[in-house]
Amino acid sequence: MLTLHCPNCGVHADETDLHAEGEAHLKRFGPDSSDDDFHDYMFQRQNPKGVHFERWKHVYGCGKYFLAARCTATLEVFGTYSAQTHEPPQAIKDAISAKRPGWSWGDFS
Amino acid sequence: MSTRLALGGRLVNKNKAVSFAFNGKNLRGYEGDTLASALLANDQMLVGRSFKYHRPRGVIASGAEEPNGLVNLGKGSTFEPNQRMTTTELFEGLSATSQNHWPSLEFDVGAINTHLSRFLPAGFYYKMFIHPRPFWKYVYEPIIRHSAGLGKAPTEQDSDTYEHFHAHFDVMIVGGGISGLAAAHSSAQTGARVLLVEQTADWGGRAVVDAPKIDGLTAQEWVNKTVQDLESMGNVTMRLRMQGSGVYDHGYVLAYERLSDHAPEMEGPRHRLWRIRAKQIVTATGAIERPLSFAGNDIPGVLLAAAVRDYAINFGVSVGDRTVVVTNNDDAYRTAIVLKNAGLDIPAIIDARTAPEGDLIDEARALGIRIEFGKAVAKVKGGKRVTGVEICTQAGEGAVLEEISCDCVAMSGGWSPVVHLWSHCGGKLNWDDVQAMFRPDPERAPTGADGLGFVTTAGVANGHLFTAEAVADGFAAGRAAAKAAGFKSKAGQAPLGECAHEGPISAVWLMPQGAKHALRSKAWLDFQNDVKVSDVQLAAQEGYESVEHAKRYTTIGMATDQGKLSNINGLAILSKALNADIPNVGTTTFRPPYTPISLSSITGVAKNELFQPIRKTPMSDWHAANGADFEPVGQWRRPYAYIRGTETVEDAVNREVVNTREKLGLLDASTLGKLVVKGPDAGKFLDMMYTNMMSNLAVGKCRYGLMCSENGFLSDDGVVARIDEDTWLCHTTTGGAERIHAWMEDWLQCEWWDWKVYVANVTEQWAQVAVVGPNARKVLEKIGGMDVSKETLPFMQWADGTLGGFDARVYRISFSGELSYEIAVPASQGAAFWELLLAAGQEFGVMPYGTEALHIMRAEKGFIMIGDETDGTVIPQDLNLQWALSKKKTDYLGKRAHERSHMADPNRWKLVGLETLDGSVIPDGSYAIADGTNANGQRNTQGRITSTYYSPTLKKGIAMGLVLHGPDRMGEEIEFNKVDGTTVRAKIVDPVFYDKEGAKNNV
Repeated sequence: MLTLHCPNCGVHADETDLHAEGEAHLKRFGPDSSDDDFHDYMFQRQNPKGVHFERWKHVYGCGKYFLAARCTATLEVFGTYSAQTHEPPQAIKDAISAKRPGWSWGDFS
Repeated sequence: MSTRLALGGRLVNKNKAVSFAFNGKNLRGYEGDTLASALLANDQMLVGRSFKYHRPRGVIASGAEEPNGLVNLGKGSTFEPNQRMTTTELFEGLSATSQNHWPSLEFDVGAINTHLSRFLPAGFYYKMFIHPRPFWKYVYEPIIRHSAGLGKAPTEQDSDTYEHFHAHFDVMIVGGGISGLAAAHSSAQTGARVLLVEQTADWGGRAVVDAPKIDGLTAQEWVNKTVQDLESMGNVTMRLRMQGSGVYDHGYVLAYERLSDHAPEMEGPRHRLWRIRAKQIVTATGAIERPLSFAGNDIPGVLLAAAVRDYAINFGVSVGDRTVVVTNNDDAYRTAIVLKNAGLDIPAIIDARTAPEGDLIDEARALGIRIEFGKAVAKVKGGKRVTGVEICTQAGEGAVLEEISCDCVAMSGGWSPVVHLWSHCGGKLNWDDVQAMFRPDPERAPTGADGLGFVTTAGVANGHLFTAEAVADGFAAGRAAAKAAGFKSKAGQAPLGECAHEGPISAVWLMPQGAKHALRSKAWLDFQNDVKVSDVQLAAQEGYESVEHAKRYTTIGMATDQGKLSNINGLAILSKALNADIPNVGTTTFRPPYTPISLSSITGVAKNELFQPIRKTPMSDWHAANGADFEPVGQWRRPYAYIRGTETVEDAVNREVVNTREKLGLLDASTLGKLVVKGPDAGKFLDMMYTNMMSNLAVGKCRYGLMCSENGFLSDDGVVARIDEDTWLCHTTTGGAERIHAWMEDWLQCEWWDWKVYVANVTEQWAQVAVVGPNARKVLEKIGGMDVSKETLPFMQWADGTLGGFDARVYRISFSGELSYEIAVPASQGAAFWELLLAAGQEFGVMPYGTEALHIMRAEKGFIMIGDETDGTVIPQDLNLQWALSKKKTDYLGKRAHERSHMADPNRWKLVGLETLDGSVIPDGSYAIADGTNANGQRNTQGRITSTYYSPTLKKGIAMGLVLHGPDRMGEEIEFNKVDGTTVRAKIVDPVFYDKEGAKNNV
């Protein structure tokens, strides 16, 4: 039962108002992509103990998606940010680095 | 015998007798009694039978940790099994029955199991019941089900009410003993909003029983004063009979308030489940006394030492006349002292330690009590009641030195802090070797969103067993929690406690230390699940080295008490057997709730009509008043058919199909999803959403579209209408509107966020009526308005206008194959429009039809239905819908997936029609059988039924199904299995059974 700050409407939302929407920053592979790329896009997911990036939807609120950076082991939330981005903003990365020096996740670190 | 004492009983009102019944016997107790204390006062020591061996069992504890005293409580609609008699407050008319015995508590046939115990060791289920295979289902399981079990399931619906309550606090304190009260006081002083909860009916915890001094007052006086102080503060909420049940992420706490269990005549809800968000939580949950593991420690009359003391002081009840106290610590001496002072006999205190010293030992000695150091109980004698104990040296193997006759044994193996709530959300523990206990590690508290700890533990729960440190620790914990919650003001003065000096405990995990198998196999660890020392040792010997595996293999720590008494003792035995240190073996996981909470409290008000919302169309009342047999479709209620007179549902469905095909039918189609997709990039967006092209759809026209998941599987379908240059209206299935809306939002917000498109779900803005049948145009022309002729409004076009004075949008689309208009009017006018059509249609033979007629008519036409022909594994190609997969578009959702080898496999089963040779209806879910068997010995298959109906139009069974190479096998006969084991032959045919050339619609 997490609480996450919705950056779209500003509400500090209870998990009952939210819907988990899986891993953030997936890169879509469409027609003409290789079988491996498409397979990874469809089925391969990170499952880290530690820093993780997730999509959330404020489903019983403003209805908007946002992204969250948090630690799956300690439940610490490093920040939430707009879903309209291909990578975490620098401020989020800095917040993670301050708490988890040397972290990496996918292509990010 | 156990009886009521002349003196004592701080919680009972001896001026008010209460009558109750146990196993049909009428008994009397006092106001303030628990069921357990009242039964003991009536010398009812035997209260149940154990789970596996059906051994006689008595109450062993006085609180929530009780494993044996479980009863069926109440009758009929208030019946509830597995109620702990130690936490059940007595009320007038209470009726309880004991559990897990047959035919009676006193005489139990299953008790023969205790003589078979040699053959029923840990893991016997796995060892015994593997072979022969069929025996499990027909012999073993029915017998086990009859002989094992905890209580009975209720047979009536619960007649009480329950509710949820949401609350936010700065600091929540769990536990109303002296540490919790001190914590509440210090945190409240800072101005924080504080919630203090106590699971029992009284404040003060153990201190008010053992009566140390605090701030110069007796414990009771200090508790009274502190409670009074707290009650006068506006920022403090206090609740008795409310348990902190579970601590979850980010300061979420579930608490379980029992409002009227003790007074069933009270108005209002019985239980209230509090859903709390607290910035900081203090767990002042105290400790639970551990049993000692000696042979016969489960015989009725063997109790925890503090419980014996509780019954004497709180309820004025003596458990026995002659009590032998057996201990490894000083605290149990309090029990001996209390009983001796009450005039009862203490033949001996058996202390496993060799030379302990302390104030309490001196006091006992001064009272003339015989004390034996370095001694142990070799064995308890007795059957349904203790008759004596055999004494031996703790260091030996159990050679009996003497036998002491007694009728009660008060045992204490030390105290284990209640660390459950600390641990629920990840708080870690340290092993304290000196005190022989797991204590919370403050450096590794559960962490919140800020990465900092949000739980502080206080007092005895923090390993501070003695009054002075417990009360000071409570004060400090409350102040620290308030500070962490942002309240920096002064917390006032810490209370000063005084208590007797106690010497150190000596860990004793088995008594005597070298007990032989005969003794170990009668030394109980888990009383509820019948797990003995020998069982845990066997598990270790058989390789169950992980504590979690050993738990599941032996069942130690399972069921309603979740090992409150057994976990640490079992763990110690396991670690010894594995030659490992206790902290290296570790504990099992502590999971909420702390004690079982009622399922109804979790349900709250969400039952019956409030279980989930029911969505009704504007015409729903008319349907209900006109014979509708409703079926749920998503959250909607839709008429399955309209029953007339004495006809059956089947009759009604057939009548509706025939009438619609021959004359005129009306369908309430309001539930169909309607999504408006609008914006400069709407066309481009819909080209991605649908497999076919939508951007080139002309304004005023309609097109049937398919949607696939990115994984290529069919997800939804429906007719899309282009409203104007940048607006499309997408129909979805009834159940799909919200899902497809969310699906579109996902792609718009997270992938193509720069595309200029809005999506709005307008499903409920419109009432929609399908006017279907050869007379459809006639009735519309009769009510008058817009031109609905074939020339002006041909098939697959739509137009706005008025009909019968109603603003209407008319789509000429057909899901039945008949001439059909789907007419949308504003929702507020839906009922009036429906009634107008019914009235005007009288002369044309109008009848409403339901969803089953709709299904049959679409199947007669070979139209697919999402959820029948599709199940999440079906792609458009399987349904011969290649025509709807755009070749012009470079991309759409699902396109890449369709290129994968499995999707392009020519052996995928494909859609065909099926006609039985005898005209019968193939059962739903049937498989087409093929030659040979698979690796499991089951018949091979070559297809399956997706839709199957009796067609009243064709007067025979028709079906659609997916069949291997189906479309290439037209005319071939294959066999489908039936429920009775026989098969039915069916011919593979074109799935369009009716009006193949589409003439009926083309008018």
